[in-house]
Amino acid sequence: MKTSLFKTPFLRSLVGLLTAAVLVPGAAHAALKVFACEPEWGSLAKEIGGAQVSVYTATTAMQDPHRIEARPSLIARARSADLLACTGAELEIGWLPVVLAESGNAAIQTGQPGQFMAAQHVPLLEKPAVLDRSAGDVHADGNPHIQTDPRNIARVGEALARRMAELDPAQAAFYQARWTDFSTRWQAAIARWEKQAAPLRGVPVVVQHAGFPYLENWLGLKQVAVLEPKPGVDPSVGHLARVAAQLQATPARAVLRAAYQSPRPADWLAQRSGIPVLALPFTVGGNARAGDLFGLFDDTIDQLLKAAP
Amino acid sequence: MLRPALLAAALTAAFPVHADPELDALRAELQELKSAYEARIQALEARLQKTEAQTADAAVKADTAPVRSSFNPDVSLILQGKYAYLEDRADRGITGFLPSGAEGPSRGFSVDESELVLSASIDPWFRGYLNAVLADGEVGVEEAWFQTTGLGQGLSVKGGRFRSGIGYQNEQHPHAWDFATNSLVYEALFGEGYGQDGLQMKWLAPTDTFLEFGAEAGRGGAFPSTERDSNGFPSLALFGHVGDDVGTSHSWRAGLSYLHARPQARAFEGRDLGDVDVAGDFSGKSRTWLADFVWKWAPNGNATQQNFKFAAEYFQRRERGSLFCDDADPANPSGCTGGLTGPYSADQSGFYAQGVYQFMPHWRVGYRYDQLFRGDVVFDGADAGATLASLADYDPRRHSLMLDYSPSEFSRLRLQYSRDEAQQDIEENQFYVQYIYSLGSHGAHKF
Repeated sequence: MKTSLFKTPFLRSLVGLLTAAVLVPGAAHAALKVFACEPEWGSLAKEIGGAQVSVYTATTAMQDPHRIEARPSLIARARSADLLACTGAELEIGWLPVVLAESGNAAIQTGQPGQFMAAQHVPLLEKPAVLDRSAGDVHADGNPHIQTDPRNIARVGEALARRMAELDPAQAAFYQARWTDFSTRWQAAIARWEKQAAPLRGVPVVVQHAGFPYLENWLGLKQVAVLEPKPGVDPSVGHLARVAAQLQATPARAVLRAAYQSPRPADWLAQRSGIPVLALPFTVGGNARAGDLFGLFDDTIDQLLKAAP
Repeated sequence: MLRPALLAAALTAAFPVHADPELDALRAELQELKSAYEARIQALEARLQKTEAQTADAAVKADTAPVRSSFNPDVSLILQGKYAYLEDRADRGITGFLPSGAEGPSRGFSVDESELVLSASIDPWFRGYLNAVLADGEVGVEEAWFQTTGLGQGLSVKGGRFRSGIGYQNEQHPHAWDFATNSLVYEALFGEGYGQDGLQMKWLAPTDTFLEFGAEAGRGGAFPSTERDSNGFPSLALFGHVGDDVGTSHSWRAGLSYLHARPQARAFEGRDLGDVDVAGDFSGKSRTWLADFVWKWAPNGNATQQNFKFAAEYFQRRERGSLFCDDADPANPSGCTGGLTGPYSADQSGFYAQGVYQFMPHWRVGYRYDQLFRGDVVFDGADAGATLASLADYDPRRHSLMLDYSPSEFSRLRLQYSRDEAQQDIEENQFYVQYIYSLGSHGAHKF
């Protein structure tokens, strides 16, 4: 019965029209909608997806990723996303749960293929031995600022390319080809950065927030002090003075802070101790040079080299 | 014993002379052996490398973040309390408005309700939430609901007991308020906030601008509704919200809500013209419109250093029905002696507007202005003020000024001064010191 009904010219043209109405806007727009929690994953998704994805980046390099509000605009964008690409490891715990609950989007909920957490694809450092809030804003899974090591970008990118292909099988070959191309250029860049950064091995540095363990681990920088007395706790003058005194005994060559952080504590210490402050971009968009992932590390390495002996 | 030695000697002697072809054969054999071993060694090396790579991979996997949705629910506990320096007053009702049952602040030091919150995903399709308040000798269930997560298309259904989605402040529990005391608007409208026992359906439009619509049907157990013995849903609510960002530094949300309730024998207490206590009840229809607007500013969207929040809500409420009043104490005759029943109608409105400014990290200062308009209140064909002093023609208002300090996002200490003119002929200076602590995995707050 059904087949004969579909054979009538009227119904066939109606079905054809409806199919066109559903498919045409889809064909005109990008196939995969990506909601990236942080700029580095937005950039990575663009590198892999090219024109086949439309990427919305929820935060900027000028925002503290720990403290984002679940703004209406974020909920609206999460509503229509096919893929959520975030750091995970509790970095977004203050806002993402509300965005997910309010989005009414089943595809990006926890456990769905549409939810991609970068921290699940790299080894995490600084896992706290004891979980207690008296230790400050610690993350149970380890330090979530994984994007400061380009080798992590490669690990995440490989998994992200696979995930994008899974969600959008029609473009799987396209994503894989773009990923292979990016990966080749990225590995060459890593080799170049590592060569440039050779003099940085063992260089002692001070950091404002414990946001750079992966960078330090990659380049062999030696972190001798942290300006925050505890993670997420603002540096007090008393603590800064103690750090300054400590630096008399064990001098450092630079104070590192992320672009979004207040310049005041690092500048205060710089004035006291004469140690230069380096405002590292921390993620894509952190300064004019860090326009994409390559620029991010080009600028980071060039700035750090100023601290090399 | 001698034979091997002899043989060796003979061989040594013989080789240089005779063994050229044999030697070539031996060499070839050795060469063959060598290449065979090299191939095997290469194969072994390849296998070793592969195994090593796998081990490293496994190490990466073992070290990466576990998926956070553990089977244990997220648990959090809110501890709050305050010290209030207030005048000694018999009651703190709001003149011109039927009382909502809001509990006024206690004088001196008081431990406010502690909130225990449990929440988790139930399965891939639902999540659950419980908010229980613990006070002396009692446990109250503020919220206990399930919500769908798997419907998609922007749809979600919530069921159980939940804070209604109407207005802006309504879904917030006291620990999330920006002031130590509730706004006069919410005190007059709902007591603390309007809760529903029922179902809520929400739909989020697939647009880049936030556009959300919701509808609720509930049994209406609380003011302005009442419990009633019925199979229906006497409490109905509709709401819509729209919001967006303006640049990276500004964001806003606006909303319009409607609440329809059919209270039956809703009890009230008041005073007659001679200040004698009366008691009675109201039955009829109660319809409330609420308009809300929130605007937030943070430089570059980074609220850590400085930020500003403005919020305002305006309401209109119409109540139609019949009011019954009688002596609260039969030994103390009032203007309602013998019982008085008459038609009652009230058209009332009001608003609050507040600004909270974080001027440096951890420190915020805020000001709130509350204004109610008593409007037309008619009882038994005449102005209700002619019978009841507690419904006199008076527009209540209150100023509140607060300063709070939050050492971390889990603790907050607050000072507040309020000038309370909620009751006719009373101007009271109120002082509050408040603490709010949150323990455990404190969930993310809404916008």
